[in-house]
Amino acid sequence: MGPAVSVAPVLDAHTDGDTLELKPTGAWIATNSKSMERLSDDVAPQIAAAKSLTIDMAEIGEIDTIGAWVLEKLSRSAAQAGRTAQFKGISGNYAELIDEVRQLNRRGPTPHPKPNPIIAKLDQIGRSAWSATADIAVFLEMLGALGAALLGVLRRPRSLRLTSLTYQVYRVGWQAIPIMVLITFLIGAIIAQQGIFHFRKFGAESYVVDMVAILVLREIGVLIVAIMVAGRSGSAYTAELGSMKMREEIDALSTMGLDPVEVLILPRIIALVIALPILAFIGSMAALYGGMLTAWFYGGMQPSVFIARLHEAVSLNSFQVGMWKAPFMALVIGIVACSEGLRVKGSAESLGLQTTTSVVKSIFLVIVLDGMFAVFFASIGM
Amino acid sequence: MDALAELYAIRVADLVVGFGRQTVLDHLSLDVHRGEILGLVGASGGGKSVLMRTIIGLIPKQSGHIEVMGHDTERGFGSARASVAATWGILFQQGALFSSLTARQNVQFPLREMLDMSEKLQDEIATAKLEMVGIGPDDWDKFPAQLSGGMTKRVALARALALDPSIVFLDEPTSGLDPIAAGDFDQLIKTLQTTLGLTVFMVTHDLASLNVVCDRVAALADGKIVAVGPMHDLLQSEHPWVRAYFHGKRSAMLQPKQD
Ligand SMILES: Nc1ncnc2c1ncn2[C@@H]1O[C@H](COP(=O)(O)OP(=O)(O)O)[C@@H](O)[C@H]1O
Ligand SMILES: [Mg+2]
Repeated sequence: MGPAVSVAPVLDAHTDGDTLELKPTGAWIATNSKSMERLSDDVAPQIAAAKSLTIDMAEIGEIDTIGAWVLEKLSRSAAQAGRTAQFKGISGNYAELIDEVRQLNRRGPTPHPKPNPIIAKLDQIGRSAWSATADIAVFLEMLGALGAALLGVLRRPRSLRLTSLTYQVYRVGWQAIPIMVLITFLIGAIIAQQGIFHFRKFGAESYVVDMVAILVLREIGVLIVAIMVAGRSGSAYTAELGSMKMREEIDALSTMGLDPVEVLILPRIIALVIALPILAFIGSMAALYGGMLTAWFYGGMQPSVFIARLHEAVSLNSFQVGMWKAPFMALVIGIVACSEGLRVKGSAESLGLQTTTSVVKSIFLVIVLDGMFAVFFASIGM
Repeated sequence: MDALAELYAIRVADLVVGFGRQTVLDHLSLDVHRGEILGLVGASGGGKSVLMRTIIGLIPKQSGHIEVMGHDTERGFGSARASVAATWGILFQQGALFSSLTARQNVQFPLREMLDMSEKLQDEIATAKLEMVGIGPDDWDKFPAQLSGGMTKRVALARALALDPSIVFLDEPTSGLDPIAAGDFDQLIKTLQTTLGLTVFMVTHDLASLNVVCDRVAALADGKIVAVGPMHDLLQSEHPWVRAYFHGKRSAMLQPKQD
């Protein structure tokens, strides 16, 4: 091994009749790539002018594959222009390296015909339109698979993965309680504060209770909780299933004759369907509590008054409306999260992409669903 | 650089590494000469990968001393580490290719990050390296998820060799390759060693590789190097594990039957 300090590469050129002789000296190694490239660019016109080219390697100091490739490129450019090109004076050590490099980069990839840009654009539009319908298909497919797995479980109740289900309920339900309570509490408080502030102008402060109660129980409580669950648990589902998909764990399951939907997805979705209504209930209570405290400290309304007013303002209907929506929202979040997880391809990037898609899509669908429920309940008079 | 650092590419002295209560490497010492190919053998789960990862500074050591090319690898992450990193290439057991880059971009990556060269040259060097390890043009633009296990190994090797490092660490490079590819691989390593003076630290179970390319072989058992030397010395070794390894049923099958 030579010393670690590297000398700058030098390329001497002199013409002998019609022959151009290039004599590289110094260190032709990776760290000197910039100067090697410059040197080889500098002699390009001379190579173009000469009839034949000789590269004299006798006095080269150090060389590695990158240096050898730069020199080989010079000889190749001469050869391509129909001139003779050869190496000489290659010392024993480097002979194999030069031989090796001379074989390389002789073939390119099989060229793909470039499509017409207009057709390519149309193709792209067509594909994205198609992928929108594919999204629906994927959703329905998962719903179907889930139904089938559920039927299987109903027929053989023992095949339900109870351990997994309990663990998932613990994760998406129990562990989520503190953050859900905190957020819904704050939202209830904010709604009450805004209500009191504006209603005060009409002397209608007491109606703030109606507003908080109806908003929270019918809409906000369940919607906020569903959105939080989509962001917290839906994304986790997608990432988990996605990385299992990437590492062929799901393939391993199915080759053992197990149905991944039954083993992995059903417990997760059932857990969501159980947990979300409970969370929505707890969240609504926390929001009412937040509203009550605000009414007390900010609006000067005694809690007893608040509660009495609450009895008058809310019918059981409002509460039922909110609770009815929760399991459906859970189902949508679960199906979107799991099917996006299964769509993850091999790369880390696609895992990230699918997780984002999962959250965005499930929040969107939850809001759409909420709107449809609003229309539905209005039409049946609830 | 002192005289010892001139002579040795890697010096490991009295190394202790463990996880929790488990001690994996127990006062292990090993020197690797500059320009040699050292093969490391050991039982599966015996700590070969742990030794390699500790040498390159990925696993913290509990005690002992490690030097690579005269630098302590544990100390300093920033620029000191980058300068060592430019002199080594590493092939991980699972390939560790960047999953969002194509094979070609994976090899280009260190070239782009560490060297100052034009994009065209980067591309040519990348494809040249891929060809050197036997990856043909049709596979250059595939993503890691689309490559077979053996191809992944080879692309990872091409990436490890991208910067023409002076030392490479290879973790089971030929496992998962067909015998022809493994033979080509051995040949390539040997060529690089003779032409570039490459130092190779290779974890391998491939008896042919050990025989053909390794200058010395080190045997790791019970957290220590129990034997080190040229292949025929190890074949004579009296250590029970080493005997079992080289004279077991599997290795006997490789020798021609003598009747
Ligand atoms: N990150 C880690 N955490 C805990 N234990 C580990 C870790 N990496 C390796 N081990 C343990 O160290 C031992 C040696 O592993 P390894 O070096 O990978 O074996 P091999 O010789 O097959 O490469 C094994 O018992 C393994 O379980
Ligand atoms: Mg290992």
